[in-house]
Amino acid sequence: MSLIEKHAVFEKNSIVLLVGILIAVAIGGLVEIVPLFYLKSTIEKVEGMRPFTPLELAGRNIYIREGCYLCHSQMIRPMRDEIERYGHFSLAAESMYDHPFQWGSKRTGPDLARVGNKYSDKWHVEHLINPRSVVPDSVMPGYPFLAKAELDTKHIDAVVRTNALVGVPYTDDMIANAAADAVAQATPDDATVAKRYGKAVSRDFDGNPAKVTELDAVIAYLQVLGTMVDFTRYDDKANVR
Amino acid sequence: MAQQELDHLSGQTTTGHEWDGLKELNTPLPKWWLYVFYVCIVWAIGYWFVYPSWPLVSDYTKGFFGPSMRSAAIADYEGGNAARLANASGLADAPLDKIKSTPAFLEFAMANGKAAFGDNCAPCHGSGATGGPGFPNLQDDDWMWGGKLEDIYQTIRFGIRSGNDKMRDMTMPNFGKDGILTKEQVADVATYVMSLSDTAVKGTDSGKQLFADNCASCHGEDAKGNIEMGAPNLTDKIWLYGSGVAAVEVQVNQPKHGVMPAWEGRLDPITIKSLAVYIHSLGGGK
Repeated sequence: MSLIEKHAVFEKNSIVLLVGILIAVAIGGLVEIVPLFYLKSTIEKVEGMRPFTPLELAGRNIYIREGCYLCHSQMIRPMRDEIERYGHFSLAAESMYDHPFQWGSKRTGPDLARVGNKYSDKWHVEHLINPRSVVPDSVMPGYPFLAKAELDTKHIDAVVRTNALVGVPYTDDMIANAAADAVAQATPDDATVAKRYGKAVSRDFDGNPAKVTELDAVIAYLQVLGTMVDFTRYDDKANVR
Repeated sequence: MAQQELDHLSGQTTTGHEWDGLKELNTPLPKWWLYVFYVCIVWAIGYWFVYPSWPLVSDYTKGFFGPSMRSAAIADYEGGNAARLANASGLADAPLDKIKSTPAFLEFAMANGKAAFGDNCAPCHGSGATGGPGFPNLQDDDWMWGGKLEDIYQTIRFGIRSGNDKMRDMTMPNFGKDGILTKEQVADVATYVMSLSDTAVKGTDSGKQLFADNCASCHGEDAKGNIEMGAPNLTDKIWLYGSGVAAVEVQVNQPKHGVMPAWEGRLDPITIKSLAVYIHSLGGGK
């Protein structure tokens, strides 16, 4: 009796069947996923990536809290129409410090992967408070409360520490100064954040220097999206995959 | 294996499986379905060889023709640009005024500029380029940083207060907030400035003197502005941050400064040239 005749054993014992299914699925999953972690050609390093600053991270959390990802993707696919509209296609490495990544799959609004530095801070302020004031046919809801809500920096060091736990290279120094850095980045010409986070820019993002609001955080986050990698120095030909 | 037997009711044989006395009829899949299934398996094997598929120890199988989404997208993008440029070859190296004067170049630049404007410029300047409070109208001939082709081109490339090394940058002092002028003086000079364009407002001699002492160095003796400084003309009825003595007072007290992003690096050089030509043609180009 050949092996194939033995299927009655699986069909008659549900636990044996369950274990069999687990093994079969695990093999398929391992073959598909594991190589991505060790194959050199699937791990692309790019110059310029840095961890988000505490203020950007806070803005990112507000972005998630308000469900921006439900209408905005953050991934430019390698297709001509997307490159023409949004710029260079996204690289996996550009999401290396995103936990969880915000690629999304729904585009009621435009893709935001490279929205950083595309519009001025003032435009973002007006647009987030009332999108119709600058884009008359927009269907995006307004978020005027962001301008009034003071940014809660109480737990920001915990957010930074959590990100460090999952592999973002935050130093102890960065974690200890997270709350102070968040405020400092919303203060014009403050150099302390740039000292710890490379090219991070400090300025008053929301046009209200009196306090650090959630709007400051969201705009700081939006203005850094897709700007870390300098594509004038990125070699497409050398990175074909 | 259990005994296969003929089922008298249906005239079919059974598979021989039996559960508590229930027997299963042998009803094979339709032949056409089965063969399509086998073809799919063969197809999948072919697919392994043609496309990247199997992981190896230090690499993966690349596929016979080395297909790549990335190179395909880049080739598609570059091919598309080349196809569009077919009737306007040489545009990339042509000076701006030559693009304006050569019909084939102009046609390309206008179409390309209009498309790029819609996505990149319209959010601030409006889909009709008429601007809004704080965002300049590009349809009129009132230019803060110059309305010549070269001026517009430079503004688009490097932006205004954009952080770019070659950005246009000038900051008007906070005359009121920093105590350069008293509250009364701010009101006085604002009234004088408004009187230049609004005959219903009467300016004073002291306001005129204050203007000459504090404002004329950038906005000019005649208050007609200076594009070298990005200082707007104050004698017309075009106001970026609102008209009226009160609005001017606010601006003298603590001026707002517009920011325009730099587009070099974000848009390709041909598109930036196209945009300059397109915006220049909107009606206000000098």
